[in-house]
Amino acid sequence: MNTPVASFINIGERTNVTGSAKFRKLITNGDYTAALDVAREQVESGAQILDVNMDEGLLDSEHAMVTFLNLMAAEPDIARVPVMVDSSKWEVIEAGLKCVQGKSIVNSISMKEGEEKFIEQAKKVRRYGAAVVVMAFDEVGQADTFQRKIEICERAYRILVDQVGFPPEDIIFDPNVFAVATGIEEHNNYGVDFIEATKWIRQNLPHAHVSGGVSNLSFAFRGNEPVRAAMHSVFLFHAIKVGMDMGIVNAGALPVYDEIDPELRELCEDLILNRRSDSTERMVDAAARFKGDGVAQQDNKKDMSWREKPVGERLTHSLVHGITEFIEQDTEEARQQAARPLHVIEGPLMAGMNHVGDLFGAGKMFLPQVVKSARVMKQAVAYLQPFLEQEKRDMGLVDKPAAGKILMATVKGDVHDIGKNIVGVVLQCNNYEVIDLGVMVPAQRILDEARKHNVDIIGLSGLITPSLDEMVHVAAEMEREGFSVPLMIGGATTSRVHTAVKIHPNYHRGQTVYVLDASRAVGVASALLSEDQRGPYIAEIKTEYAKIAEAHLRGEQAKLRMPLADARANRLKLDWEGYAPPKPSFTGTRVYEDFDLADLVSAIDWTPFFQTWELKGRYPAILDDDKYGEAARNLFKDAQVMLQRMVGEKWLTARAVVGLWPANTVGDDIALYSDESRTQEIGRLHTLRQQISRREGRERAHIALADYVAPVGTKPDWIGCFVVTTGIGEEVLAKRFEDAKDDYSSILAKALADRLAEAFAERMHQIVRKELWGYAADETASAEELILEQYRGIRPAPGYPAQPDHTEKDTLFRLLDVERAIGVTLTESRAMWPGSSVSGLYLAHPDSAYFGVGKVERDQVEDYARRKGWTVEEAERWLAPVLNYDPAILRSMSEAAE
Amino acid sequence: MTQFPHRHADGAEVLAALTKAAAERILILDGAMGTMIQRYKFSEADFRGERFAHWTHDLKGNNDLLILTRPDVVEAIHLEYFEAGSDMVETNTFSSTSIAQADYGMESLAYELNYEGARLAKNAAKRAEAKDGRPRFVAGAFGPTNRTASISPDVNNPGYRATTFDQLREAYADEARGLIDGGSDIMLVETIFDTLNAKAALMAIEEVFEEKGLRLPVMISGTITDLSGRTLSGQAPEAFWYSLRHAKPFSIGLNCALGAKEMRGHIQALAKVADTLVCAYPNAGLPNEFGLYDESPEAMAAMVGEFATAGLVNIVGGCCGSTPDHIAAIAKAVKGVKPRAIPAIETKLRLSGLEAFEFAA
Repeated sequence: MNTPVASFINIGERTNVTGSAKFRKLITNGDYTAALDVAREQVESGAQILDVNMDEGLLDSEHAMVTFLNLMAAEPDIARVPVMVDSSKWEVIEAGLKCVQGKSIVNSISMKEGEEKFIEQAKKVRRYGAAVVVMAFDEVGQADTFQRKIEICERAYRILVDQVGFPPEDIIFDPNVFAVATGIEEHNNYGVDFIEATKWIRQNLPHAHVSGGVSNLSFAFRGNEPVRAAMHSVFLFHAIKVGMDMGIVNAGALPVYDEIDPELRELCEDLILNRRSDSTERMVDAAARFKGDGVAQQDNKKDMSWREKPVGERLTHSLVHGITEFIEQDTEEARQQAARPLHVIEGPLMAGMNHVGDLFGAGKMFLPQVVKSARVMKQAVAYLQPFLEQEKRDMGLVDKPAAGKILMATVKGDVHDIGKNIVGVVLQCNNYEVIDLGVMVPAQRILDEARKHNVDIIGLSGLITPSLDEMVHVAAEMEREGFSVPLMIGGATTSRVHTAVKIHPNYHRGQTVYVLDASRAVGVASALLSEDQRGPYIAEIKTEYAKIAEAHLRGEQAKLRMPLADARANRLKLDWEGYAPPKPSFTGTRVYEDFDLADLVSAIDWTPFFQTWELKGRYPAILDDDKYGEAARNLFKDAQVMLQRMVGEKWLTARAVVGLWPANTVGDDIALYSDESRTQEIGRLHTLRQQISRREGRERAHIALADYVAPVGTKPDWIGCFVVTTGIGEEVLAKRFEDAKDDYSSILAKALADRLAEAFAERMHQIVRKELWGYAADETASAEELILEQYRGIRPAPGYPAQPDHTEKDTLFRLLDVERAIGVTLTESRAMWPGSSVSGLYLAHPDSAYFGVGKVERDQVEDYARRKGWTVEEAERWLAPVLNYDPAILRSMSEAAE
Repeated sequence: MTQFPHRHADGAEVLAALTKAAAERILILDGAMGTMIQRYKFSEADFRGERFAHWTHDLKGNNDLLILTRPDVVEAIHLEYFEAGSDMVETNTFSSTSIAQADYGMESLAYELNYEGARLAKNAAKRAEAKDGRPRFVAGAFGPTNRTASISPDVNNPGYRATTFDQLREAYADEARGLIDGGSDIMLVETIFDTLNAKAALMAIEEVFEEKGLRLPVMISGTITDLSGRTLSGQAPEAFWYSLRHAKPFSIGLNCALGAKEMRGHIQALAKVADTLVCAYPNAGLPNEFGLYDESPEAMAAMVGEFATAGLVNIVGGCCGSTPDHIAAIAKAVKGVKPRAIPAIETKLRLSGLEAFEFAA
């Protein structure tokens, strides 16, 4: 293969948060997908190396560097070029080096902190197998003059080559590009100093290279891009001539030296080469004339050579790259070459999608790209649709009895339908009757429609992860309602393993079959409906799935959690000796029957409100967001208007009940007492303990909520419980809007009530801290700090990560007598009604913090069941989302063993 | 440490002997260990032996464990290869990192497996040397582990990593200590799917050298996983070499995944750019429809012999499916053939992403 050889290396500088405001914004917003696009554009427009810099004060730079480099590694079209790991912090550089398999360049190290540090870092760079940029910087400071630049570079070179054994060809000097034309006379020669130093380095330090951050040069002309670009171009022209062979520049955006307006070019040369004493003034005077002027921009042309390839390859290219521009044209060309329009789908389009599937499977494409591919596919299929129908009419297939009736749906919670639509088209072309229920279809509707139409097969599709659980649910419902028709499973996140392990065991009466892609759908359907094939085919699948399930279980068992006893031994040990738990101002309960809604408005955390509407970003920044700003502002305006009426006209009533009781920890439970004698236990709160098996050296405690309360026999301690609601009136309100067919207002009202409930919980917590419990009487947190929960104590809720068991609400509701006190009830699945309600515990220890219990092992489930007075099966049902094992498989295994 | 007395090899002596031999002829590595072990058709009980009779995990298939439970068999296989003509054999420690052994709950045995693995191979080397006086070497083998540092196992989360550079580095350091203390002459980082894993291994080896105050020759062998001509982590052969050249290895090469026929082009690419020895030990063809390798010793030897006459290689051997018969045939085929001359490579800055990048000046 041909290795590209370059004489001047363009280093892409757009993936640098210090150099690109756009990139900085993407990274601080966590929009790594768009950040990757920036990297991709760089490579496409000719950057031979990508400079990645995350040095931004508000960022966790190390984390951002690692995240971005890891994501880049998954994008072959970006990862093909080497990386320049750029940071002023050595820790960030080293973290970055641990993520790149290729040989990269470190930017930079220097003798700023002395020789010892310099040598140590250089040795490490060598061990990571990277080249290095050395800044002309020593203990005294950054080199500005020619003399200082060459002295420092020579000293560094000798140390690296002679002492460290660094290959000289892997050394790149950055002799510091400084701004000229600043008005300070000493700065006028900076351009010359750099160019001269470059020449000297190239002549005197064999094999070493010279690089520089060119944009510094024109700092004085910020805002005047044409002048800046011209200066960069002229500077590079002269520096490259004497041997500068690398530069951090926006490769696509520089004018060609020869095409710069001659007058501007001369002004630039006067300035950079320091040819006249008045060059700064002259440039300043002239600059305005060139602002926005037509500096010849290089065309940012994309590589279009793929258009010359055969049509099949072009279709694949469009699918892989998500390009819709040529898809109809290419599909038409393929159709003309094909005997039947269906062959275009089954042939080149499926081949292209299979390629996408392979890349996705290999981690070389990821979801948004696959969705783009699917969009292209959809367009191609839509284009072929009329031809397919015409053919069907021509062949007289319309009147032939259908080969079978298949119901298809994208399951509840999922809106992705492209794959399902493709399968639908392919099946119809093969003379199946397809009943397509569309997207977001609840299980009940699937079952009802299936029964109504007396279908032969049900096909479920889904693309997002939660759809997997929904499919399990549909299968279980089919079982429960006595279905026996086959169930086909397909879609991007589905898999043979998931089907075999999770879905298949829930549907005994009929057969579940995983369908890899649309091309297999017909084969599967015909085998399932054929009298002769069905028996053997299903037997084969059953055997296969049993094998897969067994292999999977073996794998799961290997992922052992820490035994409960060990996790308990490593509980969070707080210093109860040196801590006096604060005594609340009262014990028992207190009810707030009509809390002032106006008091809650300022405590609203708006960010989740926007999330409800799928507007991603933090409030208030989202109001100025490029993408979502307008929608967010309109929504916010409507919300404010409604909120004002809601409060003013008292559409809702806010109620709360709070209880504080003496309490002590008993094992992993918290016992609550009727009074300070602590003899009569009135209730017991159960908590779950983390069992994650951590690596050695990362011995953080395995926490349970009980750890935050003083153990029995140490000190008297207390605990609080609460339920707040702003949902009184919510139902009437929603119905009013629904009757008026005003869905928007109905959803808006619901979302606002939810926000008010959260705000109420936050406000009530503050009242508890400052008054009722009173341990933080002089707390002065701002509204913002409250939202960020920067205060002492936590209010964890049952059903959330710190205590995933929803049934703990039963104890809360009993102790607080919630239904009588404020009219909130629990549904069978332990959801609170009305919905805009929040419950939880109050814990006051200064070290208390939120955490996630994570997955638990069977030993804890058994122990927990004993404590709760449950059977193990009951415990497994309520703890299903956090089980580290599959009870159904465990049971079927033990049944099989018997 | 009385249980594990140090048996450190003299690195300088090994390097001198190997360099001298490599200048004169093509050196012979061994063939597959797994293929030979399969012939014994060991049961779960055989794998467990007495010591692990009550171990909580299934152990069948943990080939490395046979070092402890059937040392006689492992040593016998090494000896068979030496007798077939191998100058060096690889220790049976492909999966002896704490990371790979975690599948069996045997993380804590990593050092012992490596130590004993090296000791057994060294025993076999001494027995073979005693017979014909020809020096034999032990290459302590570092496998890729079952985790990759630059690929996400979760397609929905491409930024996720199941392991990190530092986790690998620690595990490999443990392995290096065992292999060195047990008497290995050479460190062989092989079957590299992910170059970042290999970088972690090489850094660990370097650090352990420093810790023990010695230095042994290092061999590196990558794996081009399929006909696309890339490693699993996506690198082309030249990019792979540039990523690892800093380790100044005694040899660079390829093994596994491909047969000699499919490997040839990639070995040629490496032979062109590498200013060190080149080593090739392909599989005995590609697996047939039953997953078995059925290339005959003669067929394989003919192709590997051609590598030699074409001047592409300095060290040859076999990977999956190869046996002492294959090695004997290969040794015969390359006997008397002039080894590849190390090319003079112009001094240039060379970098790599998935592809190689060469700087003009």
